[in-house]
Formats: sequence, C-alpha cells, structure tokens
Amino acid sequence: MIFYLTALIQGLCLSAMGLGIFITMKIFRIPDITTDGSYTLGAAVTAVLLTQGWPLLPVVGVTVVAGALAGVMTGLVHTRLKIDALLAGILVMTGLYSVNLSILGRSNIPLIDIETIFSALAVFERQVYNELWAGLAFLGVLSGLLAYMLRTDFGIAMRATGNSESMTRAMGINNNRMKIIGLAIANALTALSGFLVAQYQNFTDINMGIGIVLVGLGSVLIGDALINWLGIRHIWLQLLFVLAGCILFQMVLAVALSLGVNPNLLKLITAVFVLAIVGAPRLLRRKKL
Amino acid sequence: MIELRNITKIFNRGEVNEVAALDGVSLRIEEGEFVVLVGANGSGKTTLLNIISGAVLPSQGQVFLHGQDATRLPEHKRSRWVARVFQDPLGGTAPELSILDNFRLAALRTQRKKLKIGVTPAFKASVREKIAGLGLGLEDKLQQPMGALSGGQRQALTLLMSVMDHTDILLLDEPTAALDPRSAEVVMETAERLIRQHNLTTVFITHNLRETQRFGNRLIQMAQGRIARDLDEEAKKELKLEEMYEWFG
Repeated sequence: MIFYLTALIQGLCLSAMGLGIFITMKIFRIPDITTDGSYTLGAAVTAVLLTQGWPLLPVVGVTVVAGALAGVMTGLVHTRLKIDALLAGILVMTGLYSVNLSILGRSNIPLIDIETIFSALAVFERQVYNELWAGLAFLGVLSGLLAYMLRTDFGIAMRATGNSESMTRAMGINNNRMKIIGLAIANALTALSGFLVAQYQNFTDINMGIGIVLVGLGSVLIGDALINWLGIRHIWLQLLFVLAGCILFQMVLAVALSLGVNPNLLKLITAVFVLAIVGAPRLLRRKKL
Repeated sequence: MIELRNITKIFNRGEVNEVAALDGVSLRIEEGEFVVLVGANGSGKTTLLNIISGAVLPSQGQVFLHGQDATRLPEHKRSRWVARVFQDPLGGTAPELSILDNFRLAALRTQRKKLKIGVTPAFKASVREKIAGLGLGLEDKLQQPMGALSGGQRQALTLLMSVMDHTDILLLDEPTAALDPRSAEVVMETAERLIRQHNLTTVFITHNLRETQRFGNRLIQMAQGRIARDLDEEAKKELKLEEMYEWFG
C-alpha cells in the first residue's frame, strides 16, 4: 500500500512537469527538451535555498523565475535565431548542466533535517498521508491557476497560436512572443517538479534530470490518449487527465519494480514503455487496415 | 484608404529563379471602395494582397494604410486596420478551438488579449445573435470546434469574425475558390452585406468572372506584376463577360 502511495506522490510531483510538457507539446506543438535542464535547475535552486534556511514560498518564487528564464532562453534561440526547437532545447539543456553544477557547487546536496513542503503538514498520524495531501494541494492550486489562465482571453490566444499561426497573426497576435511566453510557463512548471521531487526524495543530484523529459512525454501521451478516447474538450478536464497520465506512468514503473525488475534497468523500461505508448496505436491501426 | 507607392517585390533576388512578382505598382484605393482584382496565375494578385496585409514586405516602395506609413509594420500590427479571409477555409480560423473561442479572438483583433475571462454569457449571447443572422443554423453549435464545420460554413464565419472588431480594410483572397456553388453564394452574400454595413474598403481576388461582374465598384486586372487595366464603376458595368475572357486569352 505504502509502495503505491509513494508512486502516487511521485506522480504528483512530476505532474507539474507533465502540465508543462502538455503546454509545449499539445498546445504549441513544439518539441521542447529543455526539460531535463530546467527540472534539475528547479531542484538545484530549491536545495541551495532551503539549506540556507529560506522559507518555502520565496523558494517557489525563485524556482518559477529560474525555470521561466530557461524557457525564455530556448524560446529566444528558437524564434529569434530561427533554430529548430529541438536543437534550441538541446543547446539550453546542455548549457544548463554547467549552470546547475555551479548553483549546487557540488554534484549532490542532501536535504536532511530541513523543513520541506512534505514535512510542513502535520494533520494525519501517518506521515505518508500528510505528504499526499501536501502534493495534492500544491498540484490542485497549480492546475487551477493554469486552467484559469488557459480560459482567459490570453489563454485563448495562446491555444490558437499552436493551432493556426496564420490565423493568430491576422488576429494581431505576435506568435514569436507567444511561443516564448509558452516555453517560459512550461519550463517554470518543470522547475516546480524539480522543486517538489528534490524535497520528496530529500536530495538534489546533478544527474536527476537525465531522461526526465521522456517520463513527462510518456505521461502526457497517456493523458492525451485518454482525452482523445473520451472526447474531452474542457481544458480543465484535459489538465486533470494529464495529471492522471503522470500518476499512471509512475504506477506502471512501481509495478515493474515490485515485480523484481533490476532498478538499473529503470531507464530502459521507461524508454520501452514510452515506445509502447507511442507505437501501440499505430501497430493496432495497421492491423485493422 | 490604401495607398501603394511604386511597390516592387522581387523573390529570390540574385538567384536563378529570381522573379519580380510586383514591378513598380502604384495604386490608391479610397475608403469604401470595393475593388475586384483579377489576373492570370502568377500575375501578382496575391503578392499585392500580401503587401497590403504585411505578410510580405516590399523590396521597394511604400505602403500607406489610413494615411499612415505602414511599409515596415509586421502583419500582426497591421491587423489594427486589416482583416483578411484566406482562400483556404482553414487559414482564417483555429480549427481545434470552439466557434466561440474563435469569435472571442476575432473580437479582440485590435486589442490586447488580457488575463481575464472574456467569454462571458453576454459575449456568448451577442455571438449567437450575430451567427443566427447568417441563417446557417450554427448558432446552437457555439461550443463545437471550428474544424468540425464545412468549408463554406467556416468561410462565412470567418467573414463574420472579420467585423467582430473595428475594421477598415477587408482583404478577400479567392474566398470561394474551395467551395461548392451554393456555399460560395452564401459566403459572397454575407461578404457583400458586411461590406455595405461597415463601409469597408475591400480588395477581392477572384478567378470567377461571374463574381467579377456581380460584385464591387472597381475592377483591376494584373498582368506580369503590373496593373494592366483599372476600370471604374461605369466602365465595369459596361464590360461584357466575353471581353473579359479575351483578357486572359
């Protein structure tokens, strides 16, 4: 039971990144892989500030700003220099590795005996429920804000940008500016996942972001499959299903581990699992024809 | 009011496939004029429209919109005056967004898109009423994605969207080319009604010579990047279909 609750909380922690990837991949249709860097960036900033005794709220603020800046960098490289989004993301992600290492000062910072978002709540007797509710509350607020934003006039303009650039230009929308803002929001969200995971696992490691974009991608694809299958149009419901996708993804990994799979193979399993999610519908469709 | 001064547009300058799409075109279109633009493929009609909208910037010459120099203004800034309906019914709308959201953006074409909920019940009611005026029965489908509609329905809605916010200039680039005759009829009737209602300065590209006869109060023929003929309302009325066929002979 605890085992699955842990996976559930882990899924919640990574959901912020899932929401970010949903914005870039599904709303803007930009393959952004700055993620690996901005995730670790969020975790690095969090670890350094928390060990210096900063309270949680300003740490959230700095994490958001740091992640947003990473996204703005990718956005500027992509839109101003007309460099392919994938390459722009790789450039910024690679650069961020050094930035993150400089912030951390060493390859690993433990967060032992430090008040975190998960230890702040003391309502339930069993700590794991406190952690669960802290995660739920954080993601609840975050998704609520995002859903509201996407329903505003600005949000409609944002959704239209990824949908038809000729239309949005004619509607007086600066597509490049919109993409930069979108990438900033997405990477700020990803950094918040770093913020949460660092506190949940009680350490930040320079390599914790390697391959994390694939986890996010797989999670969003699961969510998206559910969204399409159920024909969901409401944007806030779509966000909810992205959260569900993230949690489901972590559950599958947890099940794999509980079946006795060697943890060293976890990245391989993640890759194969994402491949299965992407490939299965195509294989099935081909059979039907 | 649209004024083009000595506009030249050269694509692929200095390369083997260099083309002068526009070659020293000067043109003044008064407020409320409805210009029909005809010409063979490659004569420069669409480039002319793109120069007005800002989708293409001229190699030489100046563009004035409403008396202001707009030569270097990018497309999204010219949308303050210019609304456009594309040949491709997909071009003017966001297919995955609902009809209502599309109309919301159109209502804010010249304004800032702020962080507040603008799709209010009042806004919804006003859109419903406007769409009902089209007589296409779409007023009960406001939540449907734009992409679920037929090309004709989308073109008619795109036209309606173009007057949701203040508009001076309406650019129609073969809006009916992809439509069946009945849908084309609905779209053109809607266009004419809206142009009259809002006193829009209009440039209308068409290959359909019947539409050429029926609509507009000025006729311009383009050939090889230049204005070959420019007929006023009187001359346009007297023009026979057969004569026009010969222009393209």
